[in-house]
Amino acid sequence: MNQPTILDLIGTGPNGWGMALAAATVMTVLIAIAGFAIGAVIGVFGAWAKVSGGPVTRGIAGFYTTVLRGIPDLLVIYLFYFGGSAAMTAIGSLFGAEGFIGFPGFLAGALAVGITSGAQQTEVFRGAYRAVHSGELEAAVACGMSRSLRFRRILAPLTLRHAIPGMGNVWQVVLKESALVSVTGVVELLRQSQIGAGSTGLPFDFYVIAAAIYLAISTVSGGLLQLSEKRFTRGVRRG
Amino acid sequence: MDLAFLYETFLSLVTAVPLTLQLAASAIVLGAFLALGLALCRLSGILPLDWLARAYIFVFRGTPLLVQIFLIYYGLGQFREVRQSMFWVVLRDPYWCAVIALMLNTAAYSAEIIRGGLLSVPFGQIEAARACGMSRFMTFRRITLPLAIRQALPGYSNEMISMVKATSLASIITIMEVTGVAAKLISETYRAIEVFVVAGAIYLAINFILTRLVALAEYQLSPHLRQPAALPSTSTGAAR
Repeated sequence: MNQPTILDLIGTGPNGWGMALAAATVMTVLIAIAGFAIGAVIGVFGAWAKVSGGPVTRGIAGFYTTVLRGIPDLLVIYLFYFGGSAAMTAIGSLFGAEGFIGFPGFLAGALAVGITSGAQQTEVFRGAYRAVHSGELEAAVACGMSRSLRFRRILAPLTLRHAIPGMGNVWQVVLKESALVSVTGVVELLRQSQIGAGSTGLPFDFYVIAAAIYLAISTVSGGLLQLSEKRFTRGVRRG
Repeated sequence: MDLAFLYETFLSLVTAVPLTLQLAASAIVLGAFLALGLALCRLSGILPLDWLARAYIFVFRGTPLLVQIFLIYYGLGQFREVRQSMFWVVLRDPYWCAVIALMLNTAAYSAEIIRGGLLSVPFGQIEAARACGMSRFMTFRRITLPLAIRQALPGYSNEMISMVKATSLASIITIMEVTGVAAKLISETYRAIEVFVVAGAIYLAINFILTRLVALAEYQLSPHLRQPAALPSTSTGAAR
């Protein structure tokens, strides 16, 4: 039998894995987006706690960012996957269900990625908040804006603008971290490549394809981030 | 909390710490040399070398480390030429594959850090070295590199920490370092939280010590930024 070439593998022909790889790519992007969104929400609250919290909330936020930035992401994924499964099994046995109940890998992965990236997002948002000029907030006060209006119209958009470059970095990290979710059995890009490699005996071709797709996603999203940065800083005078 | 279980977990995880440290240290040391080479290629002004280094950095920073590990460990074995070559002794061993993948990965990130350090050396310093009659190589060895290392150290310590964390991926290709042992314990006992707490504490401790060591090195390398301990004596002033 002739060995299929790399073009046969990404095609949709009889030897093709094109559709499977496309579905897996969508899954990878979904995990990354879910993880990034969870991380962004955590980051906002974390930054809020660090900036204007009391000593206790600040302590908790500091502990969270120190710990989550100091331990491997893989360990966090294991915690959510196995810990979640153990909890589900315990809850299941309370209601009379027999045996092991697995925690959904997608949820475990997205939560784990979200919590690790949340620690980075916290620092990104905190730095961005610090970069907002106090004069702009003073001007808003002078215009008679209420606290919530000030937050909505002045503080949030300005913070977001300063946060875009940092958020872009976090997004790239999250995208690459999503590959680790393959250990939970979710069929994302890397897991699909493993399956393909196993059934065709062509690991090199499949991992090269996976690497190329990751590279393409990160390049395209990097370009989009740059565009958005340009758009949101269009009001800033340069030089 | 079951203290006896925590203690037992700690004992079995601690035996895996040397392997984690060994992986991280060999990847960081070997990666530093490659990174220096890449940074010099980027700054050489020779277009082919510059583009080669750029492409390398782009590829290795744009793909997940786990894909790189799989590509080296599983992927290369696909070719009969590789399996029959002299390198197969190294490439069939998961430990060496992990070291190679980590090294290639960290080199891409560190190259840019080192490049930033090299660019930050003020030209006046280099000019002064030339005026003293130093050759290009000696200027690099005595002036540029030490100053660049000092500048790059804070950024480099971040990269070292992420390397320590990245060694956990080696557990996926059957290496029993701290995360590998932890995953085995979790799947045997189903007590994820306890094992996680102990393993996490071990990684935190390693990274804490690492940051302290780098801070110490930074202090040692910047005597010019420190307050003098006492009034400077005239003899050192004259020596300058």
